[in-house]
Amino acid sequence: MIAYVLRSLVQASIVLLAVALLAFSMFRFVGDPIANLAGQEATQADREELRKHLGLEDSILVQFGRFVGGAIKGEFGISYKQGRKVSDLLAERLPATLELALLSTILATGLGIAFGVYTAIRRDGLIANAIMVLSLVGVSLPTFIIGIGLIYLFAVELKWLPSYGRGDVSSFGWWTTGLLTESGRRSLVLPVLTLGFFQLTLIMRLVRSEMLEVLRTDFIKFARARGIDERKINFRHALRNTLIPVVTIAGLQLGGVIAFAIVTESVFQWPGLGALFVQAVQFVDIPVMAAYLMFVALIFVITNLIVDLLYFVLDPRLRSDRPEAAK
Amino acid sequence: MTEAPRTTSAATPPPAGTPQRPPMGRLARAWDSDLIWSFRHSPLAMGAGAVTAFFMLIALFAPWIAPQNAFDPSSLNLMDGFLEPMNRGATGNLHVLGTDNQGRDLLSAILFGSRVSIIVGFLSVAFSLLLGVSLGLIAGFVGGRTDAIIMRIADIQLSFPAILIALLVFGIVRGFIHPSQHEQWALGVLIVAIGLANWARYARTVRGSTMVEKNKEYVQAARVMGRSSFAIMREHVLPNVMGPILVIATINLALAIIEEATLSFLGVGVPPTQPSLGTLIRIGQQFLFSGEWWILMFPALALVLLALAINLLGDWLRDALNPKLK
Repeated sequence: MIAYVLRSLVQASIVLLAVALLAFSMFRFVGDPIANLAGQEATQADREELRKHLGLEDSILVQFGRFVGGAIKGEFGISYKQGRKVSDLLAERLPATLELALLSTILATGLGIAFGVYTAIRRDGLIANAIMVLSLVGVSLPTFIIGIGLIYLFAVELKWLPSYGRGDVSSFGWWTTGLLTESGRRSLVLPVLTLGFFQLTLIMRLVRSEMLEVLRTDFIKFARARGIDERKINFRHALRNTLIPVVTIAGLQLGGVIAFAIVTESVFQWPGLGALFVQAVQFVDIPVMAAYLMFVALIFVITNLIVDLLYFVLDPRLRSDRPEAAK
Repeated sequence: MTEAPRTTSAATPPPAGTPQRPPMGRLARAWDSDLIWSFRHSPLAMGAGAVTAFFMLIALFAPWIAPQNAFDPSSLNLMDGFLEPMNRGATGNLHVLGTDNQGRDLLSAILFGSRVSIIVGFLSVAFSLLLGVSLGLIAGFVGGRTDAIIMRIADIQLSFPAILIALLVFGIVRGFIHPSQHEQWALGVLIVAIGLANWARYARTVRGSTMVEKNKEYVQAARVMGRSSFAIMREHVLPNVMGPILVIATINLALAIIEEATLSFLGVGVPPTQPSLGTLIRIGQQFLFSGEWWILMFPALALVLLALAINLLGDWLRDALNPKLK
């Protein structure tokens, strides 16, 4: 197992290094960093000075090394647009995005598994069919339309919930959360629903089809023959055997959550990383774009690692020390 | 599809009473093919096809059938702003779907907007098709290290969400263009960005079928005849791996249209002077709270209908062309 973890770690570093190379190329070759930073009035001497200061005269390899060194420390230079350190901008907005992404993932996984099991057990029930039809809508509608629809219903017509911003947030050091205040919690509802909806439908459909498959297998029939309680069969025996693909998909979807967070944050004017990234794209703010790219890659690599490790927890067959099982 | 071997008779029972028919014309043969037969017998597919065809037609003829040129600022009359649906403007023109804040007739805006959305959709699908099929062919045919590199890039591409890649490409490409020309090149940049975000699926599929095809005898025969690798790939292997591509391209078209709408909604897509459906929704969102619901609702409805219809068409095509389901 240790060899397995080590191999995963090496692969993860290679992926990160490749993304770093891409981010570095953006820095180095897109636009002219000097023109972006120095402004209109800078003299030729100023530009030369800045060029030396930024180390643009060193060889490409040295520059790349310096970029990776900075990236490890979380330093990505200065935003062209806002003139502030990119690391500060990211740190400010990270909690908002993480709170949104985590809450909607929890919501989607919890409800997704529950609905999936329900629709699989009561396959022909009225409620189960209604849930299935609703999930079709979730798959085919664009995220921003769902967000706008929710705003129209709950903020404009019913006036129950706020439609933009985070409300009041409490901060602990660099971390901020909206969970502790009334307005913060109310502001979270619509964005979390919007972001979670797509994942929810995906997980639900996956759990349902896996459950239907498992419920047909021999060991479930055998469990029924032994007279085991139906509830125990459904949750202890069947659900457990559906979890491997579900964990894989849910884990890999986290990349998707980050992407849909871009859209969701823009719809709800949520002060997170996604909204920052959209602004950066509009103004070709390369340092922010590069830093965001590295952040997404990092999240991606970490979730992949966690998913790999979860296999060991969920599937006892992988834990034995047979060499072929260690793959 | 007319050359498809007609062995799947289970799906096309010959009409009773006509066991021996005279040779048919090309059109009649096409009408009787498996694909059309399945289309004629699926109400959902016909409905989706009708909606899609409707949108294609209005996109094609928008400049001639629209009551107003939505791209021409001089034709807008600010006095006509915020008219509710079915109202007449200052010049007596009937605005069936109402007008927006600048007095732009919404029906015309939607006609022109669908045109932009569909053009961007088609061109970006064509771009990713060209890129994906070529790379997939090369990867499958050449194999070895080339294959490994291309497929690894495709893996990375597939694991990142398309919208993120499209945004990234959009930002990078814009970095190379002088800011004064951003608007002029916006459509092209958008097509490249969406195209680059979607090529990997084609590459994977084509690579898989190419690896099967390249060991068949007709390829060996072509080799013996001394044809170059390029000619074999293009003239012999390519026609045999294109089958599944049609299905992917159809579903991809719906995705591309939604991606374009999303980018335009985020304000990084087409310039506001040439609004697509996404841009119209972005504009409409500003008036959601002041009660002018129609500015948002009609473009959103058009987008959802269009994307849903193409999606359903793609689903039907996948099932109809999949012999395993018959």
